Amino acid sequence: MKKSYKIEVDCANCANLMEEAAKKTAGVKDAVVNFMTLKMNVEFAEGADPKAVMQDVLKNCKAVEEDCEIFL
Amino acid sequence: MNKKQKNLLIRIIIAAVLWVPLFLISEEIIEVPFFQKYPILLFCFFLIPYLLVGHDILRKALNGIKNKQVFDENFLMAIATIGAIALGEYGEGVAVMLLYQVGELFQSYAVGKSRKNISELMDIRPDYANIEQEDGTLEKVDPYEVEVGSIIVIQPGEKVPLDGVIEEGNSALNTSALTGESKPREVAVGDEILSGSINMTGVLKVRTTTEFDESTASKILDLVENASSRKSKSENFIAKFARVYTPIVCYAALFLAVVPPLFIMLTHVGAHHYATTGAIWADWVLRACTFLVISCPCAVVISIPLSFFAGIGGASNQGILIKGSNYLETLSEVKAVAFDKTGTITKGNFAVTAVHHSPVAEQELLDYAAHAECHSSHPISLSLQQAYGSKIDPTRVTGIEEISGHGIKAKVDGRNVAIGNEKMMKLVGAESHPCHHVGTIIHVAIDGEYYGHIVITDELKEHSKEAMQQLKKAGVEKTIMLTGDAESVAKKVAEEVGLTDYRAELLPADKVTAVEGLLKDYAGTNKKLAFVGDGINDAPVLARADIGIAMGALGSDAAIEAADVVLMDDDPLKISKAIKISRKCLGIVKQNIAFALGVKLLCLILAAFGIANMWLAIIADVGVMILAVLNAIRCLAVKNL
Repeated sequence: MKKSYKIEVDCANCANLMEEAAKKTAGVKDAVVNFMTLKMNVEFAEGADPKAVMQDVLKNCKAVEEDCEIFL
Repeated sequence: MNKKQKNLLIRIIIAAVLWVPLFLISEEIIEVPFFQKYPILLFCFFLIPYLLVGHDILRKALNGIKNKQVFDENFLMAIATIGAIALGEYGEGVAVMLLYQVGELFQSYAVGKSRKNISELMDIRPDYANIEQEDGTLEKVDPYEVEVGSIIVIQPGEKVPLDGVIEEGNSALNTSALTGESKPREVAVGDEILSGSINMTGVLKVRTTTEFDESTASKILDLVENASSRKSKSENFIAKFARVYTPIVCYAALFLAVVPPLFIMLTHVGAHHYATTGAIWADWVLRACTFLVISCPCAVVISIPLSFFAGIGGASNQGILIKGSNYLETLSEVKAVAFDKTGTITKGNFAVTAVHHSPVAEQELLDYAAHAECHSSHPISLSLQQAYGSKIDPTRVTGIEEISGHGIKAKVDGRNVAIGNEKMMKLVGAESHPCHHVGTIIHVAIDGEYYGHIVITDELKEHSKEAMQQLKKAGVEKTIMLTGDAESVAKKVAEEVGLTDYRAELLPADKVTAVEGLLKDYAGTNKKLAFVGDGINDAPVLARADIGIAMGALGSDAAIEAADVVLMDDDPLKISKAIKISRKCLGIVKQNIAFALGVKLLCLILAAFGIANMWLAIIADVGVMILAVLNAIRCLAVKNL
C-alpha cells in the first residue's frame, strides 16, 4: 500500500536524511521524500499498519532532523 | 516569508547590529580601554550575537553527534566557528555564523518562492463546482462530492471543475493551462470539455463524466507533483556525493590542523615564520576552520533538485508533461527520434486530393461516390462526403451493399454505382486505370462503366516539416518514421517532411522490432532514442524506447499511462521544444555542479595554503549558493525556447 504525506523540512539535505530514516523504519518497504513538493510517499510492507508505522517514521525523522514535521 | 523565516531574519538583524560595534572594538578601530583591560569581557559580549544567531545550528550539530550522523553542514559550521572563537578570532567566528544564516535564509526564501511560482504555473486545481438547486440558485460544492452524471453550471471566468459533456450553452474555453495553446477553443452542446480549462464567455451546463480523482486536472497535477520524486542520475550522484564528501572534508581538516604543526615542530622546517609554538597551532587550526567553512556542500545539494523541479514545472506550463527528473535527463540525451505516422506526422484525417479520368465533372463523380458511401462512418467515406461539400440526401440512395474487401455497391438516382478497389472494378466488369499518385485510390464505376478514380491522402500536420527542422537544430541526428502504410506512401511523406529514414509496411509487432534495431545502433553510447506516438495502439513501442512520448494525449488515459513524456496537444513542434527544455535544464545543472565544485576546490586549496582567510571562505560559500540558486530558477523560463 502506498500513501502520501505532507511534510515540512528546511533543506534538501535534511530531506535526504528524512528519506533514509523513513526507509530504515520497520514496516516501510520504500519511501521517497520530495523536497520540492514537500511530500513523502511511503510504500508500506505487507500487513503493516500505516498509522503505527508512521508514528515510528516520524520519531525516526525527528531524531535525525528535529525541525522536520510530517502531517499525519 | 513564513514564521520561521521571519524569526530567523529578526535574529540575523539583531545579531548584526550587536556584532558591528563589537567587531570595531576588537579590531581596535574604536578604542575602549575597558575592553583592552579585560579581554575576557569582549569574549562574553561576542557570545551574545553568536548564540542568538547560531544556537539552532549548534543544537543541530550536537543532535547529529548524538544520532551518530556527525558530518553535516551544521557540524562543519559549529566546529569552524567555535574553533575561530577559541583562537581569539571572535569577530570572524561570529561573522561566519551570521553570514551562514543569511545564506540559509536566502535559500529557504528562494526555494519557497519558486515552489509558489511553479504551483501557480500549474494552477489548474478547481476549488468548487456549482450545482443548480431546484429554485434556480447555484450552490458551490467541493468537486470531490459531485457524482458522475450530475449537472454542473460553469459561469464565465470559472474553472471547469470536472470533465464532462456540454448539455446547454456555448462558449469559448481557455485551455492554455492544459495544453499551452493560447488560442481559445470554441465549444457547443455535445462537446466534451476537460477540467482545468477556463470558461471565458458563456454560461455552460455540463453533465459530468468523471469523479474528481479521475478528472484530467487531478491526473495532471498528480503526475507533475510526483514527477520530481523519480530522481535523476545527477540528483542521485549529488546525494551520494554529499554523504561521502562531508566526512572526507572533516578528516582533511583534522589532518590540516594536526599534521603540519607537528611536522613543523619536529623538523623546524619553516618554523622561523612563527613566534611561538602556540602560534603554529593557532595558524593551522584556523586554516582548518576556514577549510571547513568553504567545504559546506549546500549550493550543489539545493540547486540541483530545484533545477529539475523548475524545468518540469516550466514544461508543464507549455503543455509538456514530463513524468520524472530521470526522463528530463534522458530527453536531453536524445539523438534519434522515431515517429508513428498517422496522428503524429499526419493529421489522421483523410482528404480527397485529386479526381482522375472522370468523363463527367469532378463534382458529379463526388456526388455519386459520397451518396453511395452515405451510411458508412469509415474515415474514407467521411472524407468523400466532406469533399462533396453539399448536404447528402439519403432518399436518393437505395440498395446499399457492402462487399468486404472490395467496396460498396448502391443505386443512386436509379443508376448502379460501384466504388472500391480494382477488385471491385473487375467484379462489375469495368476496366480500371491504375493511378500513379500516392495514397488511397477509390475507383468508381457507374452502370458497369469506368468513371475514373478519386485519390485520398492523409494530410500532413501544419508544423510537421518545421518540427523536423527544429529537431535537427536541437541536435537530433536521426528522424525515422515507422508506419504500416505502403512503401510509396511512406516514401512520399518522408521526403515531404524531411525525415532522415523510414520503415514502411510494418505490423504493430514489427514496430517494436524496428525500435529494438534502432536501440542496438546506440547500444553502449550515451545517445538515446525517443519514440513519438499517439499512444492509442503503440503502448509497447512507447515502453520499449529509451523514452516514450505520447502526443495529443489530452483525455487519453492509456497514453498518459504508457508514456514517459506527454504532449497535451498534437503539435509536433512540442517534441523539439521538450528536448530543448531538457537540454537547457541539464545545461544549468551541469553549470551549477561545475561552478560550485570548481569554486570550492579552488578555495579549499587556497585555504590549505593559508592564502584564503575566513572572510573569503564564508563569502565564497554563501555567494556560490546564491548564484547557483538564481541560476537554477532560470529553468522556469522555457516559454520562448
